[in-house]
Amino acid sequence: MKSILFSTAAVAMTATFALADGHSVVRMGTEGAYPPYNFINDAGEVDGFERELGDELCARAELTCEWVTNEWDSIIPNLVSGNYDTIIAGMSITDERDEVIDFTQNYTLPDPSAYVAMSADVDLEGGVLAAQANTIQAAFIAETGATLVEFATPEETIAAVKNGEADAVLADKAFLTPIADEDADLMMLDKEELIGGGIGLGLRESDTELKEKFDAAITSMKEDGSLNALIAKWEIGDGF
Amino acid sequence: MFSFCTDPSTLPDWQWMACYLTTGKHMSIYWSVLTVFLLLAITAPTALAFGFAGASAARSRIAPVSWLGRGYIAIVRGVPDIAFFLFFVIALDQAIEYLRHRALCPDWTEPVRQGNDFVVCAAAKMPLGNAPQWIHETYGFGLAVLTFAIVFGAFAANVLFGAMRAVPKAQLETAEAYGMTPRQTFWRVMVPQMWVFALPGLSNLWMVLIKATPLLFLLGVEDIVYWARELGGTKTSRFTEYPHGDWRMWYFLALLIFYLMFTRASEIVLDRLMVRLTRGQATTGGEAQRKAAV
Repeated sequence: MKSILFSTAAVAMTATFALADGHSVVRMGTEGAYPPYNFINDAGEVDGFERELGDELCARAELTCEWVTNEWDSIIPNLVSGNYDTIIAGMSITDERDEVIDFTQNYTLPDPSAYVAMSADVDLEGGVLAAQANTIQAAFIAETGATLVEFATPEETIAAVKNGEADAVLADKAFLTPIADEDADLMMLDKEELIGGGIGLGLRESDTELKEKFDAAITSMKEDGSLNALIAKWEIGDGF
Repeated sequence: MFSFCTDPSTLPDWQWMACYLTTGKHMSIYWSVLTVFLLLAITAPTALAFGFAGASAARSRIAPVSWLGRGYIAIVRGVPDIAFFLFFVIALDQAIEYLRHRALCPDWTEPVRQGNDFVVCAAAKMPLGNAPQWIHETYGFGLAVLTFAIVFGAFAANVLFGAMRAVPKAQLETAEAYGMTPRQTFWRVMVPQMWVFALPGLSNLWMVLIKATPLLFLLGVEDIVYWARELGGTKTSRFTEYPHGDWRMWYFLALLIFYLMFTRASEIVLDRLMVRLTRGQATTGGEAQRKAAV
């Protein structure tokens, strides 16, 4: 029994030795629940603006990439402990996050955050506002006089407005627009908040080589206009 | 899936539903049902083995072994499941990678902990960074099984420990009087008789285990509750061929029925097992069976 265990362990170790070769596969971590940035399509695959962008960036940087989904709440801890190599999940560049992880240059301009509510006359200063936990919107509401209710998924923030638990939801405008368009009960308010420094790719601070590769790929996409074409296609906001 | 599914927006209701329920995304929830069954099928016997080992150790006459068994039972039973699942799995994963790192990359000079980052050499990654996704998922699943087995094993150990003590003393003394060694007494007299005392406690554990599978999500395994939430959420027509409102209620209703049927089926099986184990035992249940048969 012991010898069987030892020999399988030995085989496993030699096999892993043969395969090991730096960043031969880059694992792209995303949430898969935030259209149009990233979502799971009908076929069960990761789709959206960031899927197309990420595939193009990997092609330009000559990397083999693989897509992984992870819950938003634990998306940074799992990057830091090495379960995947990048976060490409509509994550805005903020100082707090920058202390823990590194960001590439931004690949979208700061998208204004918008409010969606059941009626136009909600009290945004003193009412109850919903936001996804650990987002720039949640941090923004916490600073104001309004009461913040946080949810783990974007879906639940919308549901909270519809069932009356919250007066309005604050989220990225690109995410809220298709929802407000299609649901007759919901409407987008005129007021917008300019928060965040645009969206970037999150990487481990020790992973400088990978950061340079992605930075170069983003620059080349910005220069030849292909990034703007993608932004227009998925209606993410203004182009560069 | 079906040939008529090319343009769902024009389909009559039942065809729309047939197409909707067979999308690639829905296949994920059907797979996750199998994942849950597989998890239970592997975890239950493993946890029982942990429990048996823990209970035997706790009964040992060798003091350190006994302390080990009692310590395992007391510590794991006392720590909240969620804390255990969050802490233990990450710690275990990093411990494995650290040991591999020390063994495989002796020339590595940089520290493993760099600020917030946990960095080991590429060859020590578990599983390797370039391994296909299914290996990552299988590894995560393996960690989940081990964690479940350790947690539920501690509870099972406590149940079995009690059951071993519930076997009538006279039975053990008789075995000794017949000249059996302690080892023979344990395996031939005590173990066959303890199950009837252990089964009520173990059946409770099984029921709790069935319902604990959503904890899998904490470990990165996508289980049925995750998919029910994801599939039931509002879908707008820009991003799917099958737009619908908030259908989470219906998905969770389906889950409710699934879990109720599953626990009911378990109850029926466990009741039969109880009848079988009671046969010929020196308990009131065994006595009642004997009288009914006469």
